[in-house]
Amino acid sequence: MQKSLHIDPAKCTGCLQCESACSLVNEGTVNPAKSRIKVFSFHDEGRFVPYTCTQCDEAWCMQACPVDAIVLNPVNGSKDVLSDVCVGCKVCTIACPFGTINYNTSTGKVVKCDLCGGDPECVSACPTQAITYVDANATGLDKMRAWAMKTDNAGA
Amino acid sequence: MSWTRKFLRVNLTSGAITEEALNMQWAHDYLGQRGLATRYLVDEIDPACDALGPDNKMIMTTGPLTGTIASTGGRYSVVCKSPLTGTVACSNSGGFFGAELKFAGWDMIIFEGKAATPMYLSIEDDVATLLPADDLWGKTVWEADKMLRQKHQDPQTKIACVGRSAEEGCLYSAIVNDLHRAAGRSGVGTVMASKNLKAVIVRGTKGLGGIQDPKRFLQVTKDAKKVLADNAVTGQGLPAYGTQVLMNVINEVGALPTRNMRETQFEGASNVGGEAMHEPRKSDGKPNLTTNGACFSCTIACGRISTIDRTHFSVKDKPEYWINSGGLEYEAAWALGPDTGVDDIDALTYVNFLCNEDGMDPISFGSTVAAAMELFETGAITTEQTGGVELKFGSAEALCWAAEMTAKGEGFGIDLGLGSKRLCEKYGKPELSMTVKGQEFPAYDPRGIQGMGLAYATANRGACHLRGYTVASEILGIPEKTDPLESDGKAGLVKAFQDATAAVDSAGLCVFTTFAWTMDDIAPQVDAACEGDWSTERMMEVGERIWNLEKDFNQKAGITGADDTLPERLLKEAANTGPAKGRVNELDKMLPEYYQLRGYSTDGSMTDETRQKWALPS
Ligand code: SF4
Ligand code: SF4
Repeated sequence: MQKSLHIDPAKCTGCLQCESACSLVNEGTVNPAKSRIKVFSFHDEGRFVPYTCTQCDEAWCMQACPVDAIVLNPVNGSKDVLSDVCVGCKVCTIACPFGTINYNTSTGKVVKCDLCGGDPECVSACPTQAITYVDANATGLDKMRAWAMKTDNAGA
Repeated sequence: MSWTRKFLRVNLTSGAITEEALNMQWAHDYLGQRGLATRYLVDEIDPACDALGPDNKMIMTTGPLTGTIASTGGRYSVVCKSPLTGTVACSNSGGFFGAELKFAGWDMIIFEGKAATPMYLSIEDDVATLLPADDLWGKTVWEADKMLRQKHQDPQTKIACVGRSAEEGCLYSAIVNDLHRAAGRSGVGTVMASKNLKAVIVRGTKGLGGIQDPKRFLQVTKDAKKVLADNAVTGQGLPAYGTQVLMNVINEVGALPTRNMRETQFEGASNVGGEAMHEPRKSDGKPNLTTNGACFSCTIACGRISTIDRTHFSVKDKPEYWINSGGLEYEAAWALGPDTGVDDIDALTYVNFLCNEDGMDPISFGSTVAAAMELFETGAITTEQTGGVELKFGSAEALCWAAEMTAKGEGFGIDLGLGSKRLCEKYGKPELSMTVKGQEFPAYDPRGIQGMGLAYATANRGACHLRGYTVASEILGIPEKTDPLESDGKAGLVKAFQDATAAVDSAGLCVFTTFAWTMDDIAPQVDAACEGDWSTERMMEVGERIWNLEKDFNQKAGITGADDTLPERLLKEAANTGPAKGRVNELDKMLPEYYQLRGYSTDGSMTDETRQKWALPS
């Protein structure tokens, strides 16, 4: 079963455990500045929203790359950057409509979420289940369940 | 390692900024943050110096677990001599500023001297620069935050800033970071402003590596997070209600200080507690509480994110306050509410916003207003001083007005900025000040919780609940239940809490974890992260050493055992309702045993023997 990251901002507390976990596994240090998942705090609205690559099927970044450094991982469906092929031209960062692929000044390559090869660290790190890794065919299941409950008129 | 092993020294007089290596011997003896910075302070300033003069220093300091994935590993402290108490000041804050300082590669910043004109410090990893802050001076924390973000064009910068109250000399001004987290107590913001330092902004992109045993650290921090998640207080109570979970509990046990601590129960408590923050309001059907928020790395997330009712008198013409921001936590809600007799949750939230916006400690502010209200009642203060305002217990209007005036440092707000002790002295009624060593009480009446009387009397920064929170044992049964009305056996309990807390603070962790964690949960995390063996015993030992170092600083600053006392009201006037009815605090029964356990002389002074035992600097 192919799986997909599923984000529920209402559960997020903005603790950044996900950013720390992401940077730790990918960069070897706790370094939110280098995290591939970012949590945005909309202070005046009192909202925290985690955001990262959704692994588009026909990924803009992959299509745009002139040296084919971004490839489909057939197992988990992620679009992975081949660091040794990437030339750091940043065209993919322009092509991606969501801003989720970014240039890393210390390596001269781009980085993006690769679902940690099928076991995303942010998911294990999140204390509130704001990020889960679920069946890619049914990311809306929990919302459907919530609405389904409301349509139950048994008690009416 | 987990310490970055280097710190910044910023001389504001000369403008020189230098990098120095961390004294690792001291790190081994004092761990970090509170302990380590106090060691530097003791070494570098004369304890008798003028707290608001250039000879005082101000240290922003992190712990070895700050910036790690350990739950709540995001804290920093500000250490200096306090202008409010004359003791050592150490105020702890969460948010994201402390971790960012670590990510920029620094354990601490020592500020010394005084700038000739307003400045702010900008840190981008290795590069630290002092920049002019003339345009920021006179601005609130929230305004300055906006201006700095605009100027530096970096939305991810973390900012710690003082407000107008600090500039105007309010003696309990805080340093506010991330808009609504504060190094709140003892006037550390006043010290910062006295140095003409408006803000510190940090961007760290280097990250934190060098964990001693990364694999074990992952495992022990994971185990420890599970302990927090499975605990009823840290797993459910705090996320749902924040520290406000305590309001009704403390009222019921008859230990909710009310109307300047005249009474011990408040009839309006349920209107301003954690449950009330969930109640939909009439005007728009929304509750006061929008959501809970966490500090860096915190898996508890006690933080309150709240709004004020837009139709409330305090904000109905001020759309700038129709936003979400940091809401009421228990100590603030108590000081602004029960202690002033006000049970209007929107007024309390508004004043809490102002305390964040202009950097005032809400505990000291609320308690000072409470004292002013009693002075008004006795006629010592009249409408002549207040400019016509009826400063009466229970008046939400008066409370809001007082906050606005103190935030700006105008009119009667200047008097309120003196704090309760100096205010009551000024108006000839020192006995009405509910303070220890000049610092206002927090939200637990020591007539109903006996151990807290001793904890307040002996706390090294004046009355404070965060130096030895025996409420955990006496009320909540953590780690084991003791009788709150019994003073017997409390000396040992207070000492144990004081020592443990000093170690927790110094690690860079939040003390709220100790509702669930014991030192046996904490020590392995420090041990896996840091070089050397950090057993439970060593942590307790380090905690006790830190306690005595602080005590010794105070003694050299001229504080004596005679200052280890409580206001007469708590020692002589019995509680009139509730479970503690008929009780006073039995401090005199607890103090001698406490001094003995601490190895102090019977008059409460540090002995040479104890000083030697802990190898304290002479
Ligand atoms: S770990 Fe979870 S709760 Fe914390 S910031 Fe990330 S998504 Fe939000
Ligand atoms: S428990 Fe509360 S104060 Fe402590 S670190 Fe977590 S959110 Fe911050």
